[in-house]
Amino acid sequence: MKLYCLSGHPTLPCNVLKFKSTTIMLDCGLDMTSTLNFLPLPLVQSPRLSSLPGWSLKDGNAFLDKELKECSGHVFVDSVPEFCLPETELIDLSTVDVILISNYHCMMALPYITEHTGFTGTVYATEPTVQIGRLLMEELVNFIERVPKAQSASLWKNKDIQRLLPSPLKDAVEVSTWRRCYTMQEVNSALSKIQLVGYSQKIELFGAVQVTPLSSGYALGSSNWIIQSHYEKVSYVSGSSLLTTHPQPMDQASLKNSDVLILTGLTQIPTANPDGMVGEFCSNLALTVRNGGNVLVPCYPSGVIYDLLECLYQYIDSAGLSSIPFYFISPVANSSLEFSQIFAEWLCHNKQTKVYLPEPPFPHAELIQTNKLKHYPSIHGDFSNDFRQPCVVFTGHPSLRFGDVVHFMELWGKSSLNTVIFTEPDFSYLEALAPYQPLAMKCIYCPIDTRLNFIQVSKLLKEVQPLHVVCPEQYTQPPPAQSHRMDLMVDCQPPAMSYRRAEVLALPFKRRYEKIEIMPELADSLVPMEIKPGISLATVSAVLHTKDNKHVLQPPPRPAQPTGGKKRKRASDDIPDCKVLKPLLSGSIPVDQFVQTLEKHGFSDIKVEDTAKGHIVLLQEAETLIQIEEDSTHIICDDDEVLRVRLRDLVLKFLQKF
Amino acid sequence: MDPECARLLPALCAVLADPRQPVADDTCLEKLLDWFKAVTDAGSSLLLLQENPCLVELLFHVRKPQDLSSRILSFALRLAGTFAAQEDCFQYLQQGELLPGLFGEQGPLGAAAWVAPTVRSGWIQGLRSLAQHPSALLFLADSGAVDTIFSLQGDPSLFVASAAGQLLVHILDLAMRGPAEGRGPAEGRGRLQARDWPACAWRIVCHLEDCLCSEAAPRVTQALHVLTTAFGHCHGLWTQGLWVQLSPLVARLLEKDPVPAPHALVELLLSVARSSVLSSDPGLWETVAQTLSHLSPMQAGPLAAGILKLQDCPQALRIQAFGVLLRPLACVLEAAAQAPGTPGLLEGAAGDQMAVDTLPPSKSVCVGLLCSTLAHLELLQPLPQRPSPWPQAPLLAAAVTILRFCNGSAAPSSELGGHLCAMLVGCVRVQRAALDFLGVLSQGLGPRELVTQVFAVLLEYLVSPDSSPTVLKKAFQATLRWLLGSAVPPSCCDLEPHAQLVLRELLAVLQKRLCSPCWEVRDSGLEFLTQMTRHWGGQATFRQALLASEVPKLASQLLQDPESYVRASAVAAAGQLSSRGLHAAPSSPEHPAGPQKTPLEELLLVLTTDSEGFPRRAAMRVFTEWLRDGHVAVAEDRERFVARVLQAASGDLDWEVRVQGLELALVFLQQLLGACGPGAAPPCALAQALRALCRVQVFEFAFRSLFDCDRPVAQKSCDLLLFLRAKAAPSGSPQEAGESPDVAPVEAALRRWRAGEQGQPLGELAPEAILAVLRSLDLEALRDTLAESSDHVERSPQSLLQDMLATVGVLGDNEADCY
Repeated sequence: MKLYCLSGHPTLPCNVLKFKSTTIMLDCGLDMTSTLNFLPLPLVQSPRLSSLPGWSLKDGNAFLDKELKECSGHVFVDSVPEFCLPETELIDLSTVDVILISNYHCMMALPYITEHTGFTGTVYATEPTVQIGRLLMEELVNFIERVPKAQSASLWKNKDIQRLLPSPLKDAVEVSTWRRCYTMQEVNSALSKIQLVGYSQKIELFGAVQVTPLSSGYALGSSNWIIQSHYEKVSYVSGSSLLTTHPQPMDQASLKNSDVLILTGLTQIPTANPDGMVGEFCSNLALTVRNGGNVLVPCYPSGVIYDLLECLYQYIDSAGLSSIPFYFISPVANSSLEFSQIFAEWLCHNKQTKVYLPEPPFPHAELIQTNKLKHYPSIHGDFSNDFRQPCVVFTGHPSLRFGDVVHFMELWGKSSLNTVIFTEPDFSYLEALAPYQPLAMKCIYCPIDTRLNFIQVSKLLKEVQPLHVVCPEQYTQPPPAQSHRMDLMVDCQPPAMSYRRAEVLALPFKRRYEKIEIMPELADSLVPMEIKPGISLATVSAVLHTKDNKHVLQPPPRPAQPTGGKKRKRASDDIPDCKVLKPLLSGSIPVDQFVQTLEKHGFSDIKVEDTAKGHIVLLQEAETLIQIEEDSTHIICDDDEVLRVRLRDLVLKFLQKF
Repeated sequence: MDPECARLLPALCAVLADPRQPVADDTCLEKLLDWFKAVTDAGSSLLLLQENPCLVELLFHVRKPQDLSSRILSFALRLAGTFAAQEDCFQYLQQGELLPGLFGEQGPLGAAAWVAPTVRSGWIQGLRSLAQHPSALLFLADSGAVDTIFSLQGDPSLFVASAAGQLLVHILDLAMRGPAEGRGPAEGRGRLQARDWPACAWRIVCHLEDCLCSEAAPRVTQALHVLTTAFGHCHGLWTQGLWVQLSPLVARLLEKDPVPAPHALVELLLSVARSSVLSSDPGLWETVAQTLSHLSPMQAGPLAAGILKLQDCPQALRIQAFGVLLRPLACVLEAAAQAPGTPGLLEGAAGDQMAVDTLPPSKSVCVGLLCSTLAHLELLQPLPQRPSPWPQAPLLAAAVTILRFCNGSAAPSSELGGHLCAMLVGCVRVQRAALDFLGVLSQGLGPRELVTQVFAVLLEYLVSPDSSPTVLKKAFQATLRWLLGSAVPPSCCDLEPHAQLVLRELLAVLQKRLCSPCWEVRDSGLEFLTQMTRHWGGQATFRQALLASEVPKLASQLLQDPESYVRASAVAAAGQLSSRGLHAAPSSPEHPAGPQKTPLEELLLVLTTDSEGFPRRAAMRVFTEWLRDGHVAVAEDRERFVARVLQAASGDLDWEVRVQGLELALVFLQQLLGACGPGAAPPCALAQALRALCRVQVFEFAFRSLFDCDRPVAQKSCDLLLFLRAKAAPSGSPQEAGESPDVAPVEAALRRWRAGEQGQPLGELAPEAILAVLRSLDLEALRDTLAESSDHVERSPQSLLQDMLATVGVLGDNEADCY
């Protein structure tokens, strides 16, 4: 059993598991932090961004000044943003049989894999994962395609040139694998390969293994996966949450008794408690708006935004903010808000029950009805007519490199009355803000990451008790900035195995059993013999037939007639010889009684020696030695076959035969 | 006993003795017992029994095996004990062999009823009441009761077990008081040899010795509990002998590993150490010292804290105890030290090994140890006998370090530090304990750099989004105490420069906290603001900083908060801010250009319209304070202010608001007449005051309140009117000698109000009429009646007996209803 690790990002995993005869890809995350090295794509022509000076080498060589621009001491690539793909060279991805998706954030690299690697398998995901994943991809493609950029920079990626660049460009890894965004056509084609599944549904893969999605409590339709054969069980835990937010709670019990538990997608901000952060978010929002400032919340169009809107729904009246408009701007804003209301079966119990009442599960419906929350596909069109300040704007993309957020950063960045509140933990907010410096706007960092923290993980592991834990290397040591925080790492026994990008792990566990069926007529012919109370044995002579990973014992063909001895065997008759088998022996030899028996049969001068493994009975007169051990008995005598057979028969008297 | 009760008693006894007539209410039986106790305390029990033979019959009846409820049986046992407390009555009951039948082998002891804990408890309490005289001792010895008490010490019911232990102490005391009493100390001391002890006492002591030597920890615990009670409650010289006899066995407990019953042992040693008779024993201090060194830090903490609270004890022991108490904190400092050898709390004792020994590896135990250590030190700090020199600086450092461990900002380099960090991070219990302790330490100040660290860590907690509301409240409280401590010099209210720097950051935090979605946080923020304004509202730096911030505006917006507690705190804050002229003009984003209200208008609006009591009460408190302190808005037109407030308060549904209204009226009255000094006011001043009071319509409110259904309102009104009457000269003063005013309408109105008809208004009143009414009212009697508890009428024994009989339907009234 092997694990091929194609992504180094712990929360955007992409691993391939070879288990029995199947090749299973676990998630297909796309690392978008690479976009932070690029200049933002403004929706409206930005004089500031377009007039940034080109970057030149220390010696004044300016051959890169078209590709690289300098802004507040940082260097950015002036090109269409590119993403860091999972490793494609480590394993032939066309051999992947299935891809299991655990949540919509972990499928963003799917088109790259399904469309460009010769992949011919099936992708499994839950319905909300697919629908919201589609929205995220659609938004991404839309953000990038609606501001076409003629220029594409590639010179800087040259290894020799990259060495000369300033950090962080110099240290960017795998730049040669960075790719531009996929197209909508590729998205559609990739999504067409997905087969929808429901929680606890059992899916057979080639008769060899069974995969099952379980609720993981993190997002709508998010799942952990169980991959099991008859005797082995691998759990894949990715992006799970134990907090009570909108999705169905996490199913922990089904993870019990795993041989291997692959643990990914823990919280990216282990020191921040989501409740505290929500409080911080509300306080800062209110403070800004009361002072007449605007609040910008860069966010994804689905996920935490539902919970934030719900908190605000309860908070705005009490904070006296009922007249402040809330805008949600995204090409998929409408679909996201509406989809969330129809996935009742994927919601937490509390919200599920609302389905039976005349009210929608999420209160953002009421915010929309009362005109407190308005949503628009983009800043163009209706929005510009309705726009009123002070206001709160939720919009993407959280990287601040593309999407409508770029416009608001340019618009509001100059005033200290305004505030940008970062709630998505995927990007470093300081790096995200770098191309907007100098910035007068206040910046608040309240990352809300509801995924498991290390305390919850240690409780979970204690409860489900897997034999082995495998996790990204980042989880096996405290964060570099807080090396004393021994509590911020996975603590389990035996210690977790860690992996990093482009590593192949041999999972520490051997398959020992396989289930085999016996045909009824063969079973009928067996005559079990009880050798111990409750344990019966029977010898079986049969032909093992293996097809589609199923093993069947069939009755052997009748033994060949002895008359046909002269006939030449043909290849098709090549079946195992069914010799008459010697009986099997069982039991143990009580040494004292054995010696007495020997004496009764005329042997004298017998000595018994104890050894580490059993006993040696010495027949000194006969110069013979009988070595009795737990699983073997040897009679050593010098070429006296008669004596050997006599002794053998005496030994056999103490053993059962069948 | 009054004749009516004596008449009802036979019927009641019959009911009690009848198993078919269940007494539903347990409290009746308790009240009945209390009553009998009062009756026997006041007179002869023997006489009582002779006059009421039904009582003895009841006791005899109970002895018979039958289906009496366990509660009645328990009651009877306790009743018998109460009667037998007097020796002559005891003899009387003995004659009838009644007591052995109740408390001896043939009583409930051997019967099925004994299974009920309430019967066992009644048995013990009965004996406890009975054991008051030498005859009782003989009885106890002969009846074999002592053995039963021994066995009841291990009773599954904790109440029974504990009562059994106390009874043993009581018997021991009774037995020992006899021989020791009446002799001088020297002579007494000579008699305290163990061999001279009475047999009964000797048996108990032997039993205790056996228990102390037992291998079973519960038995050791029982013995230690009995001894703790004995030394805690009995102060006879005999206790000295008992200690001399048993202390070697107690000391021997320390030789076992682990020490059995450590908590009980600590309790015992502290009880002995507090006893004036025993604390002079040098052996005691030796045992205590040994115990301190034998027990684990968690077990020894309470002992160390107890020792340090003692007025008198050897200095060496105090040093040892303080060392034990400080050890966990010393270890924390050690764990946080960047380099070994940093000066710690305990000189010479520092070291990784000590830390490993002291700090338990389990999170819950370690947290418990730190919390209890901090709590002990917090209690110790203000005491005059606290250890001196008090290690203020290292303690401050320890508190700061713990808080840093708890919020993850400490960066220890040692392995122990890492381990401690992992255990403490995010631990709310330790955070609260450490913040409380830090607050207490503000009284001692410390080196400048440490004080800087204190403010820094407090700010970290105030800023952190992860601070829970309770932690935040404590952080606010501690910050306030440290700011108060930083005022230089003590007489001057000005903040020292350092605190002034902190102030700006504090206000920024406060701004954010006042916007928190968590109401507890908004509430603590407002309380903090009120306190700060109270202390530094007149100080220029503070005023400047506050006015430059959004805080006053936010505080004023919180008057509309959906949570009533927050509105109440906002009212208090608004009151305080307005007193200091720091009130913000309200302008919410909803009504940016709305008409601006004065603080007075705003608070009056709260008083008249708020649906909850808390904000209205808070508004009344603010108004009273404003009136007392002469707030600008009040001083403009005091009478109008009082009239408006009283009008709102008098009709309020909340009694506390009405009481506050009367308090405000009293303050107003005191201000009107206060200048006149004690005693009666000069007539002209009085007349003027009365006219003013009439104008603000105090009297209608006050007179109505006399008959308010809520007693505190009536009491307050009484106080107000009595104060006024005391200020008025006695009647017959020259001014009033003329024609007497017509008080009939007032008295008629009062009568109707008393009868519950509230509709009738009082109408216009002349000052003279008011004085006449005041004199005619028996306010003193009313005050006395009001001072009685509300059930004083229903609490008579007669009513109790009637109630009990009524519930089972024996009284004549009910009989008439039967077919």
